[in-house]
Parts: sequence; structure tokens; C-alpha cells
Amino acid sequence: MASMAQAIRLALHYAEDHLGVTDVLGEDVGLPLGGVFTATQGLKTAWNSPLDERGIIGCAIGLALAGQRPVAEIQFCDYIYNTIDLLKLAGNTCWASNGDWNVPMVVRTPVGSGIRGSIYHSHSFDATMTHIPGWKIVMPSTPLDAYGLLLSACQDRNPVMVLEPKALLRMKGEELIPGEPGDDRVLSKMIDAPLGDRMQWKPQWPDVQAYTVPIGQGKLVRPGTDLTVVSYGRTLPLSVKAAQALESEGISAEVIDLRSLWPYDWEMIRESVKKTGRALYVNEDTEVTNFGEHLVRRTVEELFYELLAPPRLLAGKFLPGIGLADPLEMASVPQLPDVTEAMRALAREQP
Amino acid sequence: MRGRPTLVKEPLPLDSKLLVRMHELMVEARVLEERLIQMYRQGHGYFWIGGPGEEAFNVPLGLLMKKGQGLDFDYLHGHYRQSGTVLALGEDPIGALRQMKSTATDPYSGGRNFASHFSKREWNIVPISSPIEVQYAMAPGTALAQRRHGGEGITIVTGGDAGTAEGDFATCLVWSSRPGSELPILIVVTHNQWGISTAACTQQGCKIIADRGKAFGIQTRTIDGNDPIASYLELQKAMGYVRKERKPFLLEANVSRLYGHSSASGANFVTAEQDCIVEFEKKLEAHGVLTRAEMDQVRARWSEEIAAKARQVRDEPLPEASTIWKHIYAEDR
Ligand SMILES: Cc1ncc(C[n+]2csc(CCOP(=O)(O)OP(=O)(O)O)c2C)c(N)n1
Repeated sequence: MASMAQAIRLALHYAEDHLGVTDVLGEDVGLPLGGVFTATQGLKTAWNSPLDERGIIGCAIGLALAGQRPVAEIQFCDYIYNTIDLLKLAGNTCWASNGDWNVPMVVRTPVGSGIRGSIYHSHSFDATMTHIPGWKIVMPSTPLDAYGLLLSACQDRNPVMVLEPKALLRMKGEELIPGEPGDDRVLSKMIDAPLGDRMQWKPQWPDVQAYTVPIGQGKLVRPGTDLTVVSYGRTLPLSVKAAQALESEGISAEVIDLRSLWPYDWEMIRESVKKTGRALYVNEDTEVTNFGEHLVRRTVEELFYELLAPPRLLAGKFLPGIGLADPLEMASVPQLPDVTEAMRALAREQP
Repeated sequence: MRGRPTLVKEPLPLDSKLLVRMHELMVEARVLEERLIQMYRQGHGYFWIGGPGEEAFNVPLGLLMKKGQGLDFDYLHGHYRQSGTVLALGEDPIGALRQMKSTATDPYSGGRNFASHFSKREWNIVPISSPIEVQYAMAPGTALAQRRHGGEGITIVTGGDAGTAEGDFATCLVWSSRPGSELPILIVVTHNQWGISTAACTQQGCKIIADRGKAFGIQTRTIDGNDPIASYLELQKAMGYVRKERKPFLLEANVSRLYGHSSASGANFVTAEQDCIVEFEKKLEAHGVLTRAEMDQVRARWSEEIAAKARQVRDEPLPEASTIWKHIYAEDR
């Protein structure tokens, strides 16, 4: 099965051929590298931009205004922060012009910890991004969802931010992308750039098919009855693992992969929490003014009388950075034992 | 009082019909701005910012633009001193009055944005936004699309001198001149010597802003933006070059700021700076293009017409509160 990086590549290839994507731009996205995570190898519209994040976002806005369909990459979300007013601009152009203009652009950026990235390659961006109205924001946790969400993003008439969990980019999926060859080695031969000189290399694209994950739809990954865990990105597979482990203790956890942060699937959360009476939100961005806090607030306000325990948030510590040494990273953002413990505690919590 | 002017013999380098048209538009723009300031003073608007003092440059710019929608036409990434350009493109001044009054009828933002924040997709006028210099980061995008498209359409970006200290100005220079991927973009800086209150000469060591283009191999020129004839001719050359060669051009126009920065600094008339309309009118009169009486008539006519439009706008309703939820997203077609 394709890794998430390969799935992104396949999605962009499909989008170039079928959805009118005109530009895949960013630092090192074109030849020879094809992206620091290989996500843009072999794409015919990929081109290397100047090392200038504001320029990348600005150019993408301009391209979108001129009727093109750009997909911009910011190499690491740690470096997207100096573009925030341009992200605001992309998000408010339709509204500010009272609907006259729209900005059909996609921005992709790797987020989060898990590759020992230290202070400047471990940031999350979901808390900050969800403060910027006018965008749609997605964050896949599987290759197939990455494929399906990107295809939706590339057809949207509005700016879409695709947050790509770094820790999962190399993870293989459990579901085939429609049209993907079943054998990983075959896929790799076809679409992974060879080592050495790549200037003449051309990928052999498999005939991947249309498959979209509608923006705004969560996924019930694992049904359960005792508590609801809502997560996305790197902490989603951790939540699933924790749920599996807790089964032996007689705790039945329902796990929802939110997938879209804005708009998001409140209905799915609500139905689940009504059933379980307990809600745990898990993500790894810093916990103060975290997106999960919004979900907690909404849960309290709208589902208070359905609750058996206070809704909880497990998120990253409110620290200036994630330290490189193993114990530092482990202590800074939720790891499997933290998720398991938080779930156990919430499941057992009694008034 | 005024003696009969002695007619100057040598002809002006532009056709007199065009000169009359430029004068007409410059006066229209000035009268509009003065009306906007008055509306602010009378409480018919929360804030004024605009372009009085830049008409001699902005009007020719609008006259020389290829007006229309899409890649074959010129894109304008302007800033908040652009009324002369927008009127020269043929816009009805009532739109600016409506935006000043934040009425539901405001054609540029539905009562959401400040005065002089124009937007008109039909004519490739990209929404003007308040953050200084962001337009210089966006403009390479439309220019890149036009480079690819071919044809004659170009991208024009404008802004003030102080803003060139922002990184977005450097972004524009870099992205416009990538070797082998040069962009059809006219990069304009209207240099009025001021930020809000900070004098340009106290902040940037670079004496001539246009010189910054030279390091990138960009054609440059610094012109007298208070002279509409020079502006027209220089813009014609620069735009012709960008249209034909599909390469960037950096044009710095020295202009005046006749009512200060905005209403926040009082919006009072400044006597120490050159008034481009006064200078132009002297010239037109001296060359027998228009008489004083004719020019007075032009002003009187616009004053009356724009006052009437302002009266009309006064009674128009404000946007409904519920409209805040409209157009957060473009709907699927
Ligand atoms: C990014 C940003 N910083 C500060 C401001 C506040 N501000 C508005 S206009 C202005 C001065 C701009 O001067 P200049 O670029 O020379 O243009 P001018 O107004 O003189 O035409 C400032 C500081 C702003 N709008 N945007």
C-alpha cells in the first residue's frame, strides 16, 4: 500500500491531470528533489520557488485570483508563521469583496512531532490555523484519506489548508487507493524517484481513480460505548491503539478521526458523546487556546446534560518548543501511554 | 485679477482631447476625495483615506490599462490611494461614496471595508486591503498566469514608499525577475516622502527606490508623478515594454500627499506640497487647451454631480446584520 507521501503524490498527479491543478510550487518541490518528504516527485507542474514563504503564499493567492489552481507547499509548518497575514488575506478575500472574488488555492504543509525535529521541525499548526476564518482545514491520518481529502481540496472554490502529519508521511496504509497497484515494490518502482541523477527520470503513473473524502466529514474509526475519543493526525493512530489495549480492561472506546478541522463533523461527535457521555479530545498542538478547547467548550455548552464526566483535552504542553532529546520530546506531546492513561482515567471517572 | 495668459507656442506632446480628458478625470477624482473628506467630517463615514495629490499619476495609469476580466486584460493590485485610476477606468464615483458611508449598496465590500478599498473582478481590480505591501507578494501570481497565457495582459502593482521597507517589496523584485521566468509586471511605487508621520529620508538609506530594481536586472525609472503628461508618456513606455517584452519594470513616481495620511491625521489641506491639478491647469491655460472659465466649469460640474450622488447615498440603508454570514466561502457552482 502507498505511504501517505506517495498518496499525496498520486493525488496531486490525479489533480494535475483531471482537476486542473496548474502549479505545485514551493521550496525544493520540483526537480531534483521532489519535496523534502518526496511528496511531489515526478509531478509535471511542480516547480521550485525562491526560498520565500511569503512569496509562495502570495504567489499562490495571485495565481488563484487569476483563475489558476495552485497547490503551494510550505516545507515545514514551523516556517509558515511569517505568512499568517497572507493566510488571513486568502481567507478574507471572498468576504471582504462581498463575494465578488474567490481564492481557489491549496496549501500543504507537514506538521507535528515524531521525526525528532527539535524546536523548528516539530510545531503543530492546527491551533493557529483554526483561528483563521475563510479557510477549510483538513488533516488526514491515513494515505487513503490524504488522497481523498486532497482531491476534494483541489476542487474547492475556497482556500484549503492540508496539514500533513510528519510522523505519518512514511506510514503505509491499510486500504488501497483506487487504481493503485497492490504490490508496494511495484508502486515504488513506478513513482519513487531513483537515487542519483533524476533529471531524465519520469514516473510511470498508475491509473489512479477519482476518490474524494468530502471536507467536513469525520470518520468513525472504531465503535465503542464507554467513551468518545476525537483526534486527528499523529495522535489518531495512538488513540486507536490505546482503545485496542483498553479493551482487555473492559473499556470500550469509540474513536473518531475528525479529518476536517474546519468545517468539522459536529454531528458525528454529538451523536457519539450522547451515546457514551464521555469525551476526550486529543491532539498535539500546545494546549492553551487549542482547537480541542473549542470542542470541549461546545461539548459542555451543547451536551452538558448528556455528560457523565467533564470533557477532557489531552494536548501538547504549553512550551516554546519541542526539545530534541528523547525524554524532552516524549514529555512535550502526547505519546501512547499518555493517551491510554487519559482514556482510562476518563472512562473510570465517577462523580 | 488673473491676467490673460500668454499662449505658449510649442505644442504639448499629447493630443488636446486626451489632455482635456485627463484634466476632467483628475478634477473628478479630486472632487470625489474632497467630498469623501467632507462626509467623514459630517459623520457620514468612520474613516477616510484616499489619493488626493496622486491624480496626475493615477489617472494616466487608469487610462492606459487594458480594462477587462481575465488573463488578456491588466490586473491591478492597488492600494488605498487609487481613486484616480479607478475613475479613469470608467467607474462611477458613487461606488466610493457608498463605501465611505458603509451602505449595503457599497459595490466593493457591501459595507465591510474602509473607503478607497476598491474591488471589481469584472475589471481585474483585485480587492485593495489594508495591510501595507501584501499586494506586492500577490501580484507575481497573476503575472505568472499571464506570462504563461501570453498575449498582452499585464499585472500592475502599486504602493507607497514607506511600505517598500517590508519584505513583500523584495519578494516582488525576486519573484518578478527569476532567470528565465521573468514576469510581465509593472511595479509602481508612488513616492510621497511619507509613511504616516515618518519621513522617508529618516528610514531608508536607499535614495532612489527604483534603484533597487537594478540589482535584479529590472528596467527602472523615476519620474515626476505630479506631471500628468510626463506620467502618461512614461507609463506608456513602461507599460509598452512590459506588454511586449513580458518582463518586469519598476517605476517610481514622485507625488504629493495633499490631505495628509488619512482622517486619523486630520485630513487637512497641505499647502507646502505641489498640487498637480494647479500645475496642470496653468499649463493647459498657457497652451490654450482650456480656459480658466472652462476649467472652473469642470470643477463646478463635478462638485454638483458628486454632491447629488452623496445626497442619494445618504438615504441608502446600511447592510443587514445578518449579512455578516454571507460570502465567508464561495459557494459551489
Ligand atoms: C503591515 C502594515 N503595517 C502598518 C500599517 C499602518 N499604516 C497604514 S498606512 C501606513 C504608511 C504607509 O506609507 P507608504 O507605504 O509610504 O504609503 P502612503 O500611505 O504614503 O501612500 C502605515 C504605517 C498597515 N496598514 N499595514
